[in-house]
Amino acid sequence: MRRQLTLAGNHALLARANPLSKFAAVLLITAVLALSIDWVSASVALVFEFLLFPLAGLTLSLLWQRGWPLIIAAAVGGWSTSILAPDSGRILLDAGIWTMSEGSLQLGVGFMLRGFAIALPAVLLMSCTDPTDLADALAQKARLPHRFVLGTLAAMRLVGLMAEEWQTIGMARRARGVGSRGSLGQRVKATLGQSFGLLVQAVRRASRLAVTMEARGFGGGQRTWARESTFSTLDLGVVAGGVLVAGLALFAALAAGTWNMVWLGN
Amino acid sequence: MAMAQATAVRPAAVTARGWGWRHAGRAKPAVRALDLDISPGERVLLLGPSGAGKSTLLHALAGVLGDINDDGGEAGDADESGSLLVDGAVPRTQRGRAGLMQQDPETQVVLSRVGDDAAFGAENLAVPREEIWARVHEALADVGLSHLPLDHPTSALSGGQKQRLALAGILAMRPGLILLDEPTANLDPAGVLEVRDAVARCLNKTGATLVVVEHRVSVWKDLVDRIVVLQPGSGTDPAVLLDGPPDQVLTEARAMLAAAGVWVPGYVPATRARAVVPSPGTGNLLLAAEQLGVSRERSRRKGFRKIPPAPVQEGLAAQVRAGQALTVTGPNGAGKSTFALTLAGLLEPVSGKVSATLDLSRGAGIDPYRWKADQLISRVGTVFQEPEHQFVTGKVLDELLFGPRHLGHGEDRVDELLERLRLTHLVDANPYTLSGGEKRRLSVATVLAASPQVLVLDEPTFGQDANTWAELASFLSELLDAGTAVVSVTHDAEFTEALGGTELRMAAAEAVAP
Repeated sequence: MRRQLTLAGNHALLARANPLSKFAAVLLITAVLALSIDWVSASVALVFEFLLFPLAGLTLSLLWQRGWPLIIAAAVGGWSTSILAPDSGRILLDAGIWTMSEGSLQLGVGFMLRGFAIALPAVLLMSCTDPTDLADALAQKARLPHRFVLGTLAAMRLVGLMAEEWQTIGMARRARGVGSRGSLGQRVKATLGQSFGLLVQAVRRASRLAVTMEARGFGGGQRTWARESTFSTLDLGVVAGGVLVAGLALFAALAAGTWNMVWLGN
Repeated sequence: MAMAQATAVRPAAVTARGWGWRHAGRAKPAVRALDLDISPGERVLLLGPSGAGKSTLLHALAGVLGDINDDGGEAGDADESGSLLVDGAVPRTQRGRAGLMQQDPETQVVLSRVGDDAAFGAENLAVPREEIWARVHEALADVGLSHLPLDHPTSALSGGQKQRLALAGILAMRPGLILLDEPTANLDPAGVLEVRDAVARCLNKTGATLVVVEHRVSVWKDLVDRIVVLQPGSGTDPAVLLDGPPDQVLTEARAMLAAAGVWVPGYVPATRARAVVPSPGTGNLLLAAEQLGVSRERSRRKGFRKIPPAPVQEGLAAQVRAGQALTVTGPNGAGKSTFALTLAGLLEPVSGKVSATLDLSRGAGIDPYRWKADQLISRVGTVFQEPEHQFVTGKVLDELLFGPRHLGHGEDRVDELLERLRLTHLVDANPYTLSGGEKRRLSVATVLAASPQVLVLDEPTFGQDANTWAELASFLSELLDAGTAVVSVTHDAEFTEALGGTELRMAAAEAVAP
């Protein structure tokens, strides 16, 4: 888990871009896709997103490892839409209460593609953005309060530690006779107890970390930044790329006549 | 440039006049009427029994004591008396004048990359960027970490490396006063020396003032030029009991310090000897490991595929016999604890097997990992390194009764355990509020209350004072005589010797590529 949070060894082009510009591009694309449930805009966006993979240092197998819950969720969503949506056109599949028609299949595919197309930019962003760089950009460029940004960043490091601690506490409690196996009731009770144990340890760790940070002068007014968060021409390209992908998706759907604003319905 | 920076450190002076501090919500002060002068560049070892206020003093000097309101006042009802000054000014107003290192290496690291972490303090002091990186490079070289790339992940560092990185972060602030609060209590012997030597190098270079709190005197004795012994604040006694050059204090107060549980050099507390020392290989076989491969990680999921973890150690063999001690030793990261936890039925073997003989399993099946929780605790009891991980109730007495109540028998043993481990006066206390030594004794007692035939202990003597240490070793020798098998994971050579029995020395695990 902790290994997945760091990006050691990713020297892809997009890893060098400023996190804020990447974030803006992702926001643009997802905003356009969230407006419509048609399959044309989603497919166009998806094609471009796949083309961006090498630029973000991402491969298909890495994508599956990091994003498989999202991918399965989109597929399941598409499947259930296609069998549950109101039928129109030729009936393709009839299994009693479940029917799939041309119209509902189209809706289902659109839903699934849109799910992929919205999830992928987020996965792309995460896989080429270091949390420390993101914090630098948020504090230096977006001018968010540095106490808040750096506090969150330090706390995130503890999350990985807590995952290890959870396992240890689970074993320590089993050694006391608290079963993590058994009936559902017993397991729920055991999990609640374990959560309390983890909470106690998390609070202790957090307060010790806070002392460490304060002892290193954290919390004062003025501070400098060892790493300067900068914008370069690459960032112009990133934002322009976001505009281009979002625009092409929108125009393709308008031209194909499939643009379908979510809140207007059919 | 290096010379200009080295001379930039101005050693700090400490002056305490009748200083006292009571933490918010506490009836008794942690420190009372402290008078102390430390001149610039002096190196002081602070000793004293637990409760003498050593950590409180270090926190105060670091300017991080208590919560601060926005107006700079003390929140809650904490109470300060007298004066405590660094270079003639209140510590809180002098950010960066003192640097503090604490015990738990995990919380001494703030950021996830080595270079960023070392730079953190200097950034907070608003040092210009170019200057920060010059300081970071110099500080990392001083603590012996310059071979690591600046973007090396801090999570991949060992405990000793984490503490040295923390020291580098402190050095980059150029403090005149370095404060170390049991900096090596959580480290293995190699890590202890790493950190001690790094501190020595840095002090020689910068000439900063040092105040260190540590139980193990021999580690720091040759590095400091003064030992100050504090005593718990009571009535009219002064807070400083003894003060002088190391050799003089250790000679004058050797007996007193030993009685207070301080590890004075060359002192190994007397422990109970075993009534009869059994020859190796005797005693009923209870538990055996064959061709065992161990790992703390569970099988990983890559999409739909399940990938078993890479073992930290493979091909391990061990026999656990009634009335025999088995000690597992080796360097940090060798997988000692992982091995012990697998033997104790808490982790699933990656390869090979752990099997219980009929004498131990008594109908529960051959594989301890498959036993139900209550079957496990009456057969194999495991005491974890951190006692708090094992507390499951809010009262000492309930903690002890927890196992017997689950099993439906053995409540009569609780009184005897309370008595034997000196916990009787604490029956109504909350386990989390006990001292370190009391927590350790309680965690051993709670596991024994279920009367296991095998007792597994993970680093039972870590961070313990000499008194708790001796008590524990003596108690375990009694258990061994009574026929319990004792497996302990330890770095502690004296402890291994006190228990006797077989030693399983594990080699360093081979580095597994990420």
